Formats: sequence, C-alpha cells, structure tokens
Amino acid sequence: MTDRAKKRAAGSSLPPPRVGDESVEASPDLDPTSPDVLGDGVRAHDVTVVGSSQPLAIGLDGARPVSGAGSAAAGGKSRIGDKVFLGLSAGASGFVIVLVVLIGVFLLIKSVPSIVDDKVNFLTSTEWSPTPGNLRFGIAPLLWVTVIISLIALIVAVPIAIGIALFITQYAPRRIAKPVAYTIDLLAAIPSIVFGIWGATVLSPKLEPVQSFLSHIPLPLFDNKHANGTIFDGSVVLAVMILPIITAISRDVFERTPRANIEAALALGATKWEMIRIAVLPHGRPGVISGSMLGLGRALGETIAVYLILSTVGGPFSFSIFTGGETFASKIANGSAEFNNPASTGAYIAAGLVLFVLTFLVNSAARAIVNRRKEFS
Amino acid sequence: MTAATAPPRSELTFAKARGSRKIKNNIATSLVSLAFAIALIPLIWLLWTVISKGYHVIFSSGWWTSDQAGIDPRVKGGGALAAIIGTAEQVALCTVISVPVGLLVGVFLVEYGRGLFARVTTFMVDILTGIPSIVAALFIYALFVTTLGGIGAGWLVSLALVILMIPVIVRTTEEMLRLVPNELREASYALGIPKWKTIVRVVIPTAFSGLITGIVLGVARVAGETAPLLILVGYSATTNMNLFSNPQSTLPGFINQEFININTSSGTAAYHLDANGNRVAGAVANYAPDRLWGAALTLIIIVMALNLIARLIGRRNKVAS
Repeated sequence: MTDRAKKRAAGSSLPPPRVGDESVEASPDLDPTSPDVLGDGVRAHDVTVVGSSQPLAIGLDGARPVSGAGSAAAGGKSRIGDKVFLGLSAGASGFVIVLVVLIGVFLLIKSVPSIVDDKVNFLTSTEWSPTPGNLRFGIAPLLWVTVIISLIALIVAVPIAIGIALFITQYAPRRIAKPVAYTIDLLAAIPSIVFGIWGATVLSPKLEPVQSFLSHIPLPLFDNKHANGTIFDGSVVLAVMILPIITAISRDVFERTPRANIEAALALGATKWEMIRIAVLPHGRPGVISGSMLGLGRALGETIAVYLILSTVGGPFSFSIFTGGETFASKIANGSAEFNNPASTGAYIAAGLVLFVLTFLVNSAARAIVNRRKEFS
Repeated sequence: MTAATAPPRSELTFAKARGSRKIKNNIATSLVSLAFAIALIPLIWLLWTVISKGYHVIFSSGWWTSDQAGIDPRVKGGGALAAIIGTAEQVALCTVISVPVGLLVGVFLVEYGRGLFARVTTFMVDILTGIPSIVAALFIYALFVTTLGGIGAGWLVSLALVILMIPVIVRTTEEMLRLVPNELREASYALGIPKWKTIVRVVIPTAFSGLITGIVLGVARVAGETAPLLILVGYSATTNMNLFSNPQSTLPGFINQEFININTSSGTAAYHLDANGNRVAGAVANYAPDRLWGAALTLIIIVMALNLIARLIGRRNKVAS
C-alpha cells in the first residue's frame, strides 16, 4: 500500500504534495477499517486534497487544479467515470428488462400462429398431434398433470418442511440445529437429474405398495392403473426437491417470532406445542405460505426429474394419479425431436408460454404475500 | 443471600400440563422430530444409491481421462472426460456473461436504484428468478434456431444458462452490497472519491467474499441443469472442445444418455441392430447403469465441492465483518 503510493509519487515529476506535516505515504491508511480498499486507484492528489484547507496547486497527473476538501469528485475526469459506470450498470439493468420482454414477446410471436391454426380448442382439447398443416393440440392434460403433480408434492412437502423448521428453531439445541439445517440445505445442492434417475430407477418400484394401498380410496383420483412411472412417483420426488426451499423460508420466519410473544404464551402456562400454535405459527403463516408458493413454482417448472420419472401414456385421458402422463416441461423435453418445422415448434412453444404464465402467477402471488408481510411488520 | 432464600425452581413453575394437553404436546414433539427423520430418508437413500453404485466407476481406470468414443453400452471402459470438458466450457461461458451483467444490475439496484426504472428492473429480475429452465431453453431455441437459423451447439446452452444464472447473481449481489455499512461509503465520499470509484474500490472489495460465494453457488446451480441440453445441443460420445458447432457432451447430458441406454439395451430393441440375432436380452452385459451412476456421482462431487467452496468463502466473510 504505502509502497504503491511511494512508487506513484516517485514516478511523477513533481515531489509528493504534502498536507500539513503528513506525507502522502501515510495518507492511504486514513481508513483503518479497510486498508486494502483504497488500493492503487486512489491517486495521490485525491488523497492529499482531503483535510487540506488551502487550495492544492497542481494535480499530479495533469488534471486541472482542484481546491478545497471533497471537490475532487467534481473534477471532469471523475464525472466521466461516474457517468460511464452509471451507464454500464443502468445498461445491464436495461439488458435484463429487454431480455425478459424479449422472452415474453418471442414465446408469443412464435406460438400465436400455431394456436390460431389449431384445429381443436387449445385450452380444453386432450389431443396432441402438432402435424404441420393439421395442427391438433390442446393443453388440458398437460395443465392437469402439471398442477396435480405439483400440488401433491406440495401437500407432502409442506407439513414435513414446517416440522423441520419447528425442529430447528424451537426444539433442537443450537448445537444440533445447525447441522440439521445444513443437512436439509444439502438436498438443495443435489442436481435435479440425479433426483430424476434415483426416482425413476430406485424409488418408483418401492412406491408400488403405497400406490396399491392408496388405490383403495374410491375416488377417480386414486384409480389404480398399474403403471410404472406414475404421477404419484413424480410428486414424491418433487416433494423432496422442494423441501429445502420451503424449510429455509419457514425457518427464517419462525426464527423471527417476537421473543415477547413466545414468553407471553409460556407465562400463561402454555405447553411448548400450545406456545407454537398461538405464537410461532400465526406469526410465521405468511412466510410459510410464500415459501410454499415458491416451492410450487419450482415444482411446476421442474423438467428433467419429471421427464425421467413419468412414463408417457398414449391412452385416453384419466384423472388418476396412479398413471403416467406429461407436464408442460416434460412434454416440451420429450418433443424436442419434433422441433423441425415452425408449426409444430409453435405448439410446444405455446405450451412453454402457458408454463411461463403459470409460474409467473404463482411466483408473484408468493411475492405479494411476502411484501404484504413486510408492510405490516 | 437472596439465592439461598429463594424457593426451589420447580415450585416457581406453574402447574404442569396434564391429560390431553400433555399428550398433545408429546405428540407434537415426536411429530416434529419425525419430520426431520423423514427428510433424512431420501437424502441418505439417494446419496447411498449414487455412492454405492458409482464409486467403483469413478475409481476405474480412464474415467477421468477418456471419453466414450467408440464405446457402446455393451463395452466396458471409457470415461467422463468429454462430459466434464463440455460442462466446464458451457458453464464457463455462461459465467463469463452472467457475472458482469448480474454484478452491474445488483450494483445498480443497490447504489443507484431509485425510481421507476429500478422498480421495473427488480420486477424483471423477479420474473427471471421464476423462469423454468425449459422455458429459457425454448426462448433461446425460438430466437437463435427458429428465427436466426442457427444450429444447436454448446454456446446456446450457455446462453440459456445465462438466463437462469443472472437472477441468482443479482440477488446475492444485492444482498451482499446492502450489508456493506453506509459509513464506509460516506467515509469514501468524504475523502473526495467519486461514486464509481467508491463502488469499485470500497463497496465491492468489502462485499467481495460474499459476491464470490454467490457466484460459486450460481455456478453450482447451472452445472447440474439439464433441460436446455435436451433442446439445444445433441449428445456426443467423443470429446468436442468446440462450443460453437457440433454436438457436445456434458455431465447431465451424459447421465441422460446412459439413462436411455439402460432401457434400450436391456430391452429387445437394441438387439435388432446386432449382427448376432440369437442373443437374448440380458445375456449381454450392459455397462450403462455403471456409467449412469458414475456420472451422477461425478456431477454430485463437482456440485458439492462448489457448494463447499462457497460455504468456506462465506465463512471467511463472516469472520471479516
């Protein structure tokens, strides 16, 4: 640091300017908290201006003379630097805005012609044969499978996530809580394709008895179709995949339960569970809901795990969860071989557009809940 | 001494919960502990599956040094080199594009962000955060392949990954820059240092390790991303160093390919092509499962290592602040 300043001073034709008795060499150490921070970018004259009551005659690198404390920022050079930097960062932000708009626009203009040419109702048809010239495709089964697979995942994951979050924040001693939290985060680090191959080859056969058991429930939802790679299998894997995010957010809000509320509940003689029910859970509800929505958004858009696990069925549409099927994402992934002409590609892009809108709605709902909570607290 | 005269602690507490309340409390305690145990099952099961089925593969000779050229599911040997190179290249290109953009957007939002433009940017980043990877891939496909007439190649995957990585970087940058105490900025301004230099020399270095953590986590997230591969680039058994043409192997793509190979070569379909028509399904060794789990373990090792690095850097950050 000091050496650098010395070198700079030595390199210039002028002797290092002095402020009072303090030499330039010592100046960079003015900020003791971040000695590294000023670095070599701070030119000698920038530093010497500070604290100087009299005008400094000459800037070292030929800049016009500056006078008075803090006025260096007004120097022509700095202002250009500021403009350039503001321009760059605003430009990057502009790029992001343009990117998102482009995504929306491109999905729209590439899919609208196909939707217009669709011979069957795009929203209600269960057909999918996007042959150019005779486009017949509808998203009804995709929408059903996407929503039901994600909802079941949510139903499985949320209670467990709340339980873990309570365990970490209310029950476990600090020494145990940290490793537990870390272990759950570990789940989030596993790539989804690994979940996919594990679900498809290892978990799915083991879930067979569970399916047979559940299929005794006399509802069309639980019709046993004796299929491999069912929606139910996919839901269980998705539940594992969204568990970390729901847990993380729930943990966060449970941790912030006001101490006073907890103590008030305990002082009234509440048991630990009663305290949680009347103090922790009500406080954390918006957080749990928004975490669940974020998890739902992730489940809706998950591609590869679902693609590997679900068997694609050609049979008539059924409401059963014990059968295969395709979500928007897995349909698109399965159909990538058919992207050879604009019309069929358009059909898949239309499916992508609906998925985009769906995840957008779910995510913004989650965010709206979070923001509302912020306003209240 | 007051402590000596105070009654024993147990007499101070209120009447103990009895009956149904006590039972409920105990049930809740056991359910909550059970929840954690339930979550552990898939984690341990999955890791055990991948490690037990994959460890002998990644220690086999040539796994880290050779590709799959000329090797089909019935032939032993070969390695993941092509896949590792492909993943490294695609992720590197993605990182090179995403990091500057993400950092600048984060800086903009924290240091300059006021008014409508910043609000719109935040909103757009929120949308980007929620975009499913397959939609990002579709967009790149619609733009570069359908509209501009390009051909699927590794760099298109990188571009799709950019869409997924930018929001991660923006969010962590924002978070980290907001942690930088305002006093540091003010001290810098008081020294007469222009704003941009304050950001570059004071704010960013202070938040540096946090930013690196965010970048590494972003890299870990996109390294395991598969969906764009399915649409934007073909699988190649041979090593392809060129990001800009021809199919390219990546670790997730390799896993996907071997997953397909499990099914084709254990069924009858694979043997129709075989010259020896008298072979029965199952009589021929299929090395696809080995490679599948080997590649999965390799990917997990890489991603976990990145996460560990991020965590270590993050810890250093905490010590510094």
